[in-house]
Amino acid sequence: MTAQEIHDLLKERFGDAVTAAKLENVPDPFAVVAADRVRDIALFCRDDERLRFDYLMCLSGVDYKGKFGVTYHLHSLTHRHKFVLKVEVPADAPNVPSVESVWRTADWHEREAFDLYGIVFTGHPDLRRILLPYDWEGHPLRKDYQVPEFYNGMRVPY
Amino acid sequence: MSEPTLETVTTSTGRRLRTEEMVVNMGPQHPSTHGVLRLEVVLDGEIVVDVIPHLGYLHRCFEKHCEHMTNYQQVVPYVDRMDYVAAMTNEHAYVVAAEKLLKIEVPERVHYIRIIMAELQRIASHLIAIGTFGIDMGAFTPFLYYFRDRERILDLFEMTCGARLLYNYMWIGGLSHDLPPQFTEKAKEFCTDFKRTMKEVNDLLNYNEIFIKRTANVGVLPKDLAVNYACSGPMLRGSGVDWDLRRDDPYTLYDRFEWNVITGNGEMGSVGDVWDRNMVRQREMAESVRIIEQALASLPEGDVQKAVPKRIRPVPGDAYGRVEGPRGELGFYIVAEDSVTPYRLKARAPAFVNLSVINEISKGAMLADLVAIVGSIDIVLGEVDR
Amino acid sequence: MTDFIATLLNDPIVTTVLLAFVPLVFILVYALVVLYGEMKMAAHIQNRLAYMENGWHGTLQPFADMLKLLQKEDIIPAAADKFFFMLAPYLVFVGTYASFAVLPFSSGFIGSDIDLGLFYLVAASSLVVVGLLMSGWASNNKWSLFGALRSAAQIVSYEIPGVLAILGVVMVTGTLNMQTMTQMQDGGIQNWLILGGNFPLGQKLALIPVMVLLFVIYLLSSMAEVNRTPFDLPEAESELVQGYNTEYSGMKFAIFYLAEYANLFLVSAVVVVMFFGGWTSPFGSFMSGPVWSAFWFVAKGMFFVFFNVWLRWTLPRLRVDQLMYVSWKVLTPFAMAAIVAVGFIMVM
Repeated sequence: MTAQEIHDLLKERFGDAVTAAKLENVPDPFAVVAADRVRDIALFCRDDERLRFDYLMCLSGVDYKGKFGVTYHLHSLTHRHKFVLKVEVPADAPNVPSVESVWRTADWHEREAFDLYGIVFTGHPDLRRILLPYDWEGHPLRKDYQVPEFYNGMRVPY
Repeated sequence: MSEPTLETVTTSTGRRLRTEEMVVNMGPQHPSTHGVLRLEVVLDGEIVVDVIPHLGYLHRCFEKHCEHMTNYQQVVPYVDRMDYVAAMTNEHAYVVAAEKLLKIEVPERVHYIRIIMAELQRIASHLIAIGTFGIDMGAFTPFLYYFRDRERILDLFEMTCGARLLYNYMWIGGLSHDLPPQFTEKAKEFCTDFKRTMKEVNDLLNYNEIFIKRTANVGVLPKDLAVNYACSGPMLRGSGVDWDLRRDDPYTLYDRFEWNVITGNGEMGSVGDVWDRNMVRQREMAESVRIIEQALASLPEGDVQKAVPKRIRPVPGDAYGRVEGPRGELGFYIVAEDSVTPYRLKARAPAFVNLSVINEISKGAMLADLVAIVGSIDIVLGEVDR
Repeated sequence: MTDFIATLLNDPIVTTVLLAFVPLVFILVYALVVLYGEMKMAAHIQNRLAYMENGWHGTLQPFADMLKLLQKEDIIPAAADKFFFMLAPYLVFVGTYASFAVLPFSSGFIGSDIDLGLFYLVAASSLVVVGLLMSGWASNNKWSLFGALRSAAQIVSYEIPGVLAILGVVMVTGTLNMQTMTQMQDGGIQNWLILGGNFPLGQKLALIPVMVLLFVIYLLSSMAEVNRTPFDLPEAESELVQGYNTEYSGMKFAIFYLAEYANLFLVSAVVVVMFFGGWTSPFGSFMSGPVWSAFWFVAKGMFFVFFNVWLRWTLPRLRVDQLMYVSWKVLTPFAMAAIVAVGFIMVM
């Protein structure tokens, strides 16, 4: 399926939940969807016969200054097509439903996004830090992140 | 492998015995975690009940660093250091993503040289993977056989770009140098000799009876689980999924060569066991040799720096570029805004994703099998932790 | 030689001490040779050169290694059980060393010519497992404990087929005395027990396959008892870091090593005595005599030591359940069958 068809299918099924899209003249065509519906959309993308996005290539958190984004790169091993879903959430309440139950691979990707951006994936069974120490404070990939002076009594900037 | 039992046992005199679980830390300093991975292993005797991986001992804020470069090209030496066992592939993935973002068409010669380098790097990386896997199994000798040949690949790289491990060879839109004069014959010589080593190691390790006993039916990763966990590379192909980005999502000119995608077929046990994964690597090397030989034979002429942009300032947007690395799908997601540096760069590290399945496939295995499973995933902690 | 020294010194205590030193000196010299030999062999199997710097082809390297180990700081973990931690390596070594007493090094030398030779050897070398278990427990390290328990399970399991194989041989020779056993095989290669021994032709031919079977069983179980690849699970470095000796350093570690090498020679020597004619010359009376016989004994023993080394650098390691499978379900039944066969042949 082409990106346009995938977008139309999602639009038809979820209506207003698909808020924006850019399908031409971009390296990867994408659709922006409402954050609170993302798990349903993901489930539909995975299970619908026409889409069959069984393979989540990548899940990345992004800091858009003032709001956070999560980008899902989907791929179908069955139909060999790709699509990108994006969600955006306000910085003061960065809550995104977890898609861990849809694609198990999202488990560690979401933990990483939580670790580095502080995006909270609701419904994730084990949302812990993954790359940083468990007692680290702050989320370093945020654009407004200030490196702490000390970590457990050790000087951080050297 | 039976299910671990934790029931209370009563002796004939009525005394109640209880088996207790033991928690051991495998790593961060352990010979077979291939770096500084820490596995919190819950053991019932020799049987693994649970594995909890703890990462981050090698975390170097790679993604944060990339946001603070002075231009896009400067990221290349950084990606080298991500997966230090296959630095060429990392560069390749990054430049593929960046060229996709910038819509740069590179000359054919650049494509060919990149293919040669990527395949040599794939062989070099698989040599380490299989060699260290042998060490995990207690066979030390094949490791050194393979290191001898890896040395020759590194010599070829050194000839080409002056560095043996971290190359900074591929540039966005081109390459830092053209191939040196004797490269073609030396590489051909290597390909001929390497076929013999592969046979040697097949005899010594891969078809060794003890080795088969240790690896067949161990750590079986079923097909649907592999896809659901987005495993890639030999992990995915070992489970019998016929999927290779080089063929199925072409990012360069692999379609011009004749080669096969290797999948695991459960020859010695069940599909997706440790033996299959290891064998996929072994056989892939032979395919890589075929690609290299064909590419060397039909290398086109051209200027490798013709398409290198003077100043890189992409239009705002994002792109996800991926290549088939030795460990699997290596992708870079670049978000650009109106600036000379990436606004956000996320590396989709194949080892990171492949490792996440470890808890699933090692439950109920024995401690020695856990070592085999970790070895067969072929992790490089520089890439897992970034 | 024993009698000669006894009459010369005319003092039983001094004689005993002197005699006891002979195997010790042998072990020390042999350890240096094997250390060098193993490294060189491993290197050549692996396309390397190994030691090349100190002396001709690195021949002085074992001495350097030994010196290094001697002056290394002796670290005892704070939480270790100090007494047992220190005792363990010596116990391991003593178990091995005590077994050397009954080895017939030459027609003129045996430490203690007792009738229970082989039985004593099996009993004394069992002390090793106590030492290993002790070291693993006292180290207060989970990996060490793992290694120690594995080694206890492994050695105890493999002692059964090993001892059954010895029993089969003893049924043929009718004696447990290792010197007598060797003397029975004197007179050339055709009299070695692996080739049926010095028996009438029919019996001899019938014995050959059984003896070969017993030899294979004993060789395999002896390899397991000395913790060598493919049975080196107690110190499987890729799984258990270093097994029971993870926490040891310096001289204590060296003693573990020494005991391992000594043990290796011990089991090789038992193989030689039981199947390959001990100190007897393969050419009958040619090249025989007390000195030549010492040469033959050590040479044959060294052959099996190097056989072990060769396997170690070639084969992968078994898994713990496979190891037990080999012992209980393969070697033990075959050993039983071999004993029955030996019984029938001997009453034939």
